[in-house]
Amino acid sequence: MKAAVLVFPGINRERDMARTLKLISGREPAMVWHAERELPAGTDLVVIPGGFSYGDYLRCGAIAARAPIMDAVFAFAGKGGLTLGVCNGFQILCEAGLLPGVLMRNARLRFICRDVFLRVEHSDSPFTRGYSVGQVIRVPVAHGEGNYIADAETIKRIEDEGRVLLRYCSPDGKLDEAWNVNGAINAIAGIVNERGNVLGMMPHPENHVEAALGVTDGRGLFVGLMEALERAA
Amino acid sequence: MKARVTVTLKSGVLDPQGKAIEGALRSLGLTGVASVRQGKVFDVELEGHDRAQAEALLKQAADKLLANTVIENYRVEVVG
Repeated sequence: MKAAVLVFPGINRERDMARTLKLISGREPAMVWHAERELPAGTDLVVIPGGFSYGDYLRCGAIAARAPIMDAVFAFAGKGGLTLGVCNGFQILCEAGLLPGVLMRNARLRFICRDVFLRVEHSDSPFTRGYSVGQVIRVPVAHGEGNYIADAETIKRIEDEGRVLLRYCSPDGKLDEAWNVNGAINAIAGIVNERGNVLGMMPHPENHVEAALGVTDGRGLFVGLMEALERAA
Repeated sequence: MKARVTVTLKSGVLDPQGKAIEGALRSLGLTGVASVRQGKVFDVELEGHDRAQAEALLKQAADKLLANTVIENYRVEVVG
């Protein structure tokens, strides 16, 4: 795995992400500053971490989505390169048009920082191959704007095409508005693009990978990604 | 030349912030407010004096950055 972690001013989860990528793959990711115009040669995974790029000014992720490095990300993703956006990274991917829809203010208006339960809807993706369909994983969220929405036609399309990989659910895997923490439509927590190589998700799998923290449910995503990259190599 | 870009949420898009403001107005005892939608205003100073050019420039700015046209509409006014 030759990962590149993008760094925008105001991002604050890039070191958690780098630590996890190193832990799982054994290889230090490249940290790529937003003003760069190219990704390091041989990059096979681009990660846009969480945080508050540009202080969430204008709209969450709006300014980062227009940063110089994003042209290289468009080219990379356009060639099928695996691209993962977590939290603010998901917001940036939506603002950049790499994923459809938008993340609105949480329905109950509060910033939410807690563990949530996610149901894995499909495991035939490089991002979720480390899990089984219907598996419930526990990972944390920390966001004020995670309420996913798109127009009805887009929602129908992404649902019909099986592009919702993760949904908020109860601890036993049931869809229940009480567990849909931010009010996202259809309890959507993570979606992929049409080609399936770009994933955006609000929760932070990178924060649940070490036994010392009690939960390691996030590991599957990174282990699966690494296996997918090894198979492709 | 001065101009103003107003960005508003499209109708039908849920606006939790507007709802909260609406509730706060009610709790202040200001009755008669049916609903509130929150938007943004950008006051922009432009170089040059060509109105048509200014409008075209601001439309580009709104499409590319100031508005997210998935959920927002915008209006451009060149004030003069």
